[in-house]
Amino acid sequence: MPDMVKVENLKKNFGDLEVLKDISLTVKEGEKLVIIGPSGSGKSTFIRCINYLEEPTSGKITVAGTEVTKKNHLELAKKYSSMVFQQFNLYPHLTVLENLTLAPIKLQHVPKEEAKKNALSCLERVGLKEKAGNYPIQLSGGQQQRVAIARSLCTKQPLILFDEPTSALDPEMVQEVLSVMVELAHENITMICVTHEMGFARQVADRVIFMDGGYILEEGTPEHFFDCPEHERTKAFLSKILH
Amino acid sequence: MIKGLFDPKRWNALFQAFPEYYIPGFLMTLKISLVGLAVSLALGVVFGLLSTAKFKPFRIISRIYVELIQNTPLALQVVCYYSILPMLFTNTGFRIPKFILGVVGVGVYHGAYIAEVIRTGIEAIPKGQSEAASSQGFSYLETMYHIVLPQTVKIILPPLANQALGLVKNTSILAMVAGMDLMYFTDSWGSERGYFAQAYFTSAVMYFIICFPLARLARYLEIRSMKLPTAKRLEITADEEVA
Repeated sequence: MPDMVKVENLKKNFGDLEVLKDISLTVKEGEKLVIIGPSGSGKSTFIRCINYLEEPTSGKITVAGTEVTKKNHLELAKKYSSMVFQQFNLYPHLTVLENLTLAPIKLQHVPKEEAKKNALSCLERVGLKEKAGNYPIQLSGGQQQRVAIARSLCTKQPLILFDEPTSALDPEMVQEVLSVMVELAHENITMICVTHEMGFARQVADRVIFMDGGYILEEGTPEHFFDCPEHERTKAFLSKILH
Repeated sequence: MIKGLFDPKRWNALFQAFPEYYIPGFLMTLKISLVGLAVSLALGVVFGLLSTAKFKPFRIISRIYVELIQNTPLALQVVCYYSILPMLFTNTGFRIPKFILGVVGVGVYHGAYIAEVIRTGIEAIPKGQSEAASSQGFSYLETMYHIVLPQTVKIILPPLANQALGLVKNTSILAMVAGMDLMYFTDSWGSERGYFAQAYFTSAVMYFIICFPLARLARYLEIRSMKLPTAKRLEITADEEVA
């Protein structure tokens, strides 16, 4: 499998604060990668560097063979990557359907009828077709996040970045979003997920990486990772969240 | 009781003078208000956008404009345009035509306030909105046009209507430089005949006729902006339903 994302010696500072110290990582096409780690470990910053929401201080990120730069990151996003955010970030002035069709129509120049049809089928996949005419504010958090996932699907990029997609949800809504993500994992989409959902990681991840203090401390298959972690920090972290 | 307030002779004199004084004054005020509003909106949008730009010199230029205009009286600004500005170009005693003077006076003045309204409106849109847009590949201008400004408009319409209201009333400053507006003709006729009560009462009614609808509009927009949206009905065709 060719590389979808390649990260080499990535560093990111916010002023004097070094958030990412030296990250190198390769993600294959179709791979499901889960990133875990304590808060402040740099996982969100890392995933946000991949689509240039954060500008790397140094190092190199390559998506589908092209280096991500200030100049081309929007082009690359159009073609290769989409993102699902912790706070959903749906467009509140647009209906659910319009949220899904905006980028296909305006950026990818898909004809309106086709975009609409495709959007409805994406909504069907997340089980929210009947909400197409509603505005985001009329939906629950879980439903909004499912719409956000449908919005990502709708633009058909091969890579989806998930930045803590269930962290802002009420507990009873986490499952509906995770099921949609598990469903997605059956496809050949490359998924990079920052999450605290260990069950999800175990179920879908091909590989889990543990970040702390701006470094990748440990990586491996979920079995290896959860059952016999090597690093002390990983063990301490896991013992705190797995009960 | 004000002396002569109900004196039919005085009111009769006013009705005689009405077509010659009040009609042209009213029309001039109306014209200056309309064109001045267009100018102030154009300036407000441009400087409002500049004040939120990433490029610092743009923000500085916008700041200087806003601070200069907001921290000096409108009366002083208008007098400057009238008697000092022409001296920059000629010493023949040329004066800017009254209509243009009025439009520039209130346009530039309210443009600064509208720029602030627009800046705060843009800043009120959560950062997640432009991040979502960027993650989909929308450029800065596309993001503004499709995502940020449509949301901003809803927030800023009520304060904009208030600016329009202020602008109409502030055209009366032009009377200071013989602006041929409603206030000027009111002063002029009132002091000519000494029938001040009739002169100013009539003038007040005429300003009220323009301003009251604007005040109602501001209130209506305010109420509307607080309402939650209702779902849109979709026309899903039969074959889409099957598919």
